[in-house]
Amino acid sequence: MRKYVPKDDVQKKSYYTDRFWVAPQVAKSPVESDDVFASDLAAIKAKFEVIDSYIQVEQMVVVINPADNYAVAQILKDECDYNQLSECSAIDWLAKKGQFEVFYQFLSMSKRKRVRIKCFIDKDQAVESLNPLYRSADWAEREMYDMLGVKVNNHPYMKRILMPDDWVGHPLLKTYPLQGDEAASWYEVDRIYGKEARDIIGPENREPAEVNRYDTERFGRLGHEVSRGEEFKEDQAAKPLGYQEEGGVFAVSKFQEDDAVVITDRKR
Amino acid sequence: MAQHQVNYTQDGGLPVALTSVDKIVNWGRSNSLWAMTYGLACCGIEMMASGASRYDFDRFGTIFRASPRQSDLMIVAGTLTKKHAEFIKRLYDQMPEPRWVISMGSCANTGGMFNTYATVQGVDRVIPVDLYLPGCAPRPETLQYAVMMLQKKIRSEKAGKSQRQKRLV
Repeated sequence: MRKYVPKDDVQKKSYYTDRFWVAPQVAKSPVESDDVFASDLAAIKAKFEVIDSYIQVEQMVVVINPADNYAVAQILKDECDYNQLSECSAIDWLAKKGQFEVFYQFLSMSKRKRVRIKCFIDKDQAVESLNPLYRSADWAEREMYDMLGVKVNNHPYMKRILMPDDWVGHPLLKTYPLQGDEAASWYEVDRIYGKEARDIIGPENREPAEVNRYDTERFGRLGHEVSRGEEFKEDQAAKPLGYQEEGGVFAVSKFQEDDAVVITDRKR
Repeated sequence: MAQHQVNYTQDGGLPVALTSVDKIVNWGRSNSLWAMTYGLACCGIEMMASGASRYDFDRFGTIFRASPRQSDLMIVAGTLTKKHAEFIKRLYDQMPEPRWVISMGSCANTGGMFNTYATVQGVDRVIPVDLYLPGCAPRPETLQYAVMMLQKKIRSEKAGKSQRQKRLV
């Protein structure tokens, strides 16, 4: 469990900063407890090294060497009848282990079972593409590259899929700042107007609750209004809010509480 | 045959109305604001509702056009991502002058709740904006009010004088 930290000042921060929190693990059970999974695991173990294997939330998880990922997927598809690659992506463990965890989630329609194949790769290591086996790997691997910078060998079109092609950095890395790095904060200005326009357009305003009474172009102070763009002075004369019916206009008069009569006798 | 009776003692004796050039040009401009369909996110749904029969934008002369070359008004309805920013600028440049921009909703105004790396923090970083419409998302009545305020602004402008070029850079 995560260590308890007092949350008294949580409203003062714009967002929660504890981003390396790891959820407690669900209980694991051995693969032998399920016959279908046990035979699938035996098929993989017959040809390739299995580093770890267990069942978690009714799904088998198998950790293999990254070099075997294509061949293991082929076994799962051809021999074990896992006919769908439902998800494939990576997890950034660079701060903890210096590695990425690449995972592939398979589904067997006939067996109604799900298997997750995992492998750990180093920062600059590439994995083999599963695109020839499963067409869904095409976009999933591109997203993995786009978001985390994990490169994929023999992919037909290894380009970014979500971010623009000239984007700098990979946003799902834990080291990537949430509000973007230098290149990200000026991206649209540089792209459209060029770097020269940075001074004119100015930096991004990342403070959503910003109020600046001296900025009379964009803000007004209630009761101390000045016209737009005029300089606001500290001793600005107060302009009290008034209502037009205060003195009374045609057919409208303000209700005066002192003049009100409270009726106590109902039969009056 | 209908008999039209002209009262020659009224209106200077002629069936004409006199006006200034500013007034009639602005009357024409403000009452035929053809808007570009620019629904980027959930505000786009409200914008569509404003255009549909219940709220009926057509009665203000605001008719949505699918091409920037036929529109006077760009209603930026929704979150503008950094990837999309160059296209909004390109479409804005394709609109004939005079042109106006309504920034609809918190996301278009300031980036709104998307205080992230991928969202433009206000469309005024990319194109000049005439009217900011707050809300998340603003209701169709609010958008109607915004268009009416823009009409008011257009009517107060000098039509004869060439408009000040709206440029960010």
